[in-house]
Amino acid sequence: MTAVINAPLAATVERSEGVWHAAWRRFKMDRIGLTSAVIVVAFLLLIVFAATGLVAKNWQEEVGVANAPPTFVGPRPPEAIGVIEVPKGPNVDLSAIDPLAPRYKEWDERAAKFKTEEVIKAETLPMGGDRFGRDVLSKAIKGTQVSVFVGVMAALVATLIGTLLGALSGFFGGKVGDFLEWLYNVFEAIPGILLIFAFAAVFGRGIGTVVLILGLTGWSGLYRQVRSEFIKHRSREYVRSAEAIGASVWSRMFTHILPNVSHVVLVRMSILVVGFIKAEVILSYLGLGVGVDDVSWGTMLAEAQSELILGHWWQLVAATVFMAVFVTAFSLMTDALRDALDPKLRGLE
Amino acid sequence: MAAYIIKRLWQMVPTLFGAVLLVFFLFKYFGGDPAEILGGQNATAEQIAAITQQLGLDQPWYVQLGIYLKSIVTFDWGKSWATNESVANLFMTRLPATLTVMIPILVLDVLLALPIAMWVAYRRGSLTDRTIMVATTIALSISFLVYVIVGQYVFGFQLGWFPVQGWSDSVWTNLVTYAPLPVLLAVFVGLAPQTRLYRTFFLDELGHDYVRTARAKGLTENAVLFKHVLRNAMIPILTNIGLQLPGIFVGAFLIEVFFSIPGLGREILLAVNRSDYPVIQAVTIYLAAITMIINLLVDLCFKLVDPRVVLK
Repeated sequence: MTAVINAPLAATVERSEGVWHAAWRRFKMDRIGLTSAVIVVAFLLLIVFAATGLVAKNWQEEVGVANAPPTFVGPRPPEAIGVIEVPKGPNVDLSAIDPLAPRYKEWDERAAKFKTEEVIKAETLPMGGDRFGRDVLSKAIKGTQVSVFVGVMAALVATLIGTLLGALSGFFGGKVGDFLEWLYNVFEAIPGILLIFAFAAVFGRGIGTVVLILGLTGWSGLYRQVRSEFIKHRSREYVRSAEAIGASVWSRMFTHILPNVSHVVLVRMSILVVGFIKAEVILSYLGLGVGVDDVSWGTMLAEAQSELILGHWWQLVAATVFMAVFVTAFSLMTDALRDALDPKLRGLE
Repeated sequence: MAAYIIKRLWQMVPTLFGAVLLVFFLFKYFGGDPAEILGGQNATAEQIAAITQQLGLDQPWYVQLGIYLKSIVTFDWGKSWATNESVANLFMTRLPATLTVMIPILVLDVLLALPIAMWVAYRRGSLTDRTIMVATTIALSISFLVYVIVGQYVFGFQLGWFPVQGWSDSVWTNLVTYAPLPVLLAVFVGLAPQTRLYRTFFLDELGHDYVRTARAKGLTENAVLFKHVLRNAMIPILTNIGLQLPGIFVGAFLIEVFFSIPGLGREILLAVNRSDYPVIQAVTIYLAAITMIINLLVDLCFKLVDPRVVLK
């Protein structure tokens, strides 16, 4: 019995390659894209470790001396402090006339109660220390976590808004479409950075706020693209047939059309991530980004500016290298992803 | 032509109104209470009540919106809360500094990026092309901040070729003494993305049939590139320049902050930090208006560059 049923099923299974399968096949061919993807995954693992506290948990602890140089540079030569001259002549015993002498013992006892353990601070740290002696490597890892988190979450928020509005506008058109187009024009009319500043002025600071600000101001490009895709798809045959068998509007929009345009959304979203990471760095540098208790690449660069003048270059280099490697890998991966998912777009910016 | 311009201007009204609504509701419902910001921390309840009444904050929202619209139309934004300077005066005094820096940046960017992009596109696939493409990819991934921090340190502190920062009252002194370093750094940063973008525009044009035809009829390579390709590539390039133009009014605010240039961008940032709402609102709305007008002008320019363009 089963064999009889299986035979026709096997015939129907043999269908053309799915879009994701084909994309993966193309992506595997792209060596640069694959290498970048590996680097990005490595970074994501690092971020997961940092978020769960496995690494860089103690980034706020002052483990080294202030501005400790990196280990490969070696400890700073001790500063030449002029030796205080030892007074010549015999020591005079003052205890007989010293009015405070009877209380010295009492004070020593009191002081002993508050004795703190003297932590020996490292002379050098793997990648140097900042002006409080915090480990720059830990800071860079923690900063990576914050910066990438903000970039990805903001891109998610923007994608959610852009996809939803784009779908509504493209699918329904008419009054709804006109209204959303008007909204889009309004957001496009105000220069991006000003819009971000205006939102930052009212919302304040903090990681969640930055995510919200970037997401709320950055959805317009994605909206436009999703809208045009939905306009293209809404009258295609598969959507009409879905309508004919009684699929609801909601189901046609999000279970039929959306999976068919999701590759466009994915590519757009990864382009947004890079943009938002850069935006977060600049906002944090200007003091409009993450709070004082957090560290991100932007706050590291802000500290690095004054350190550089004193010759302490390591924090600048650490933040720059982490950011450059991640952003380059992510951009190259996005390019490969775009080529794999949407071969028509190849070569365009 | 006139009909087209009138139509476009008419279309701007709803968009501009939308921008006004956006800014109004953003600050009204999400921003802090203006009366409390203005009154400061030691204000008594009566003082706050008085300010509330003076600003019309006790009126229903549509009356407030009316007051707001009136201030936009009459260009009377009142005074900055922080410095008591009138907003109009703020615009007038800060804009020259911004333009002194931004115009050279824009001009140099285009003048340098165009030939490089053309050269790279012409030599597509060669070693030069690939080297420049890889270099720009890496250059793009490093934050703008790093270039400015390092540039200021190397050229200002270490080599001492330029003053580290500063500004004067004389336009000429500014242009030859204080502006070169910021301009140089901004141009350097802007060059990578511009070159990449223009390269794709040129590549697009070089693939067309008319290029082959032009070569087939024996035109020199220079004539093909400069007379045919350049002119056709000008349309996307102009669009791109048009997109950047509104930015010159805000200035590269980072550049202004770094080099202590008393321009509009730094002023906006100060306003954001001080919760100086009138300044932020005024700048946002006027910039939106300027952006739309510039877009219209760019569209009109298309007609000059390409006579085939039909404005409708």
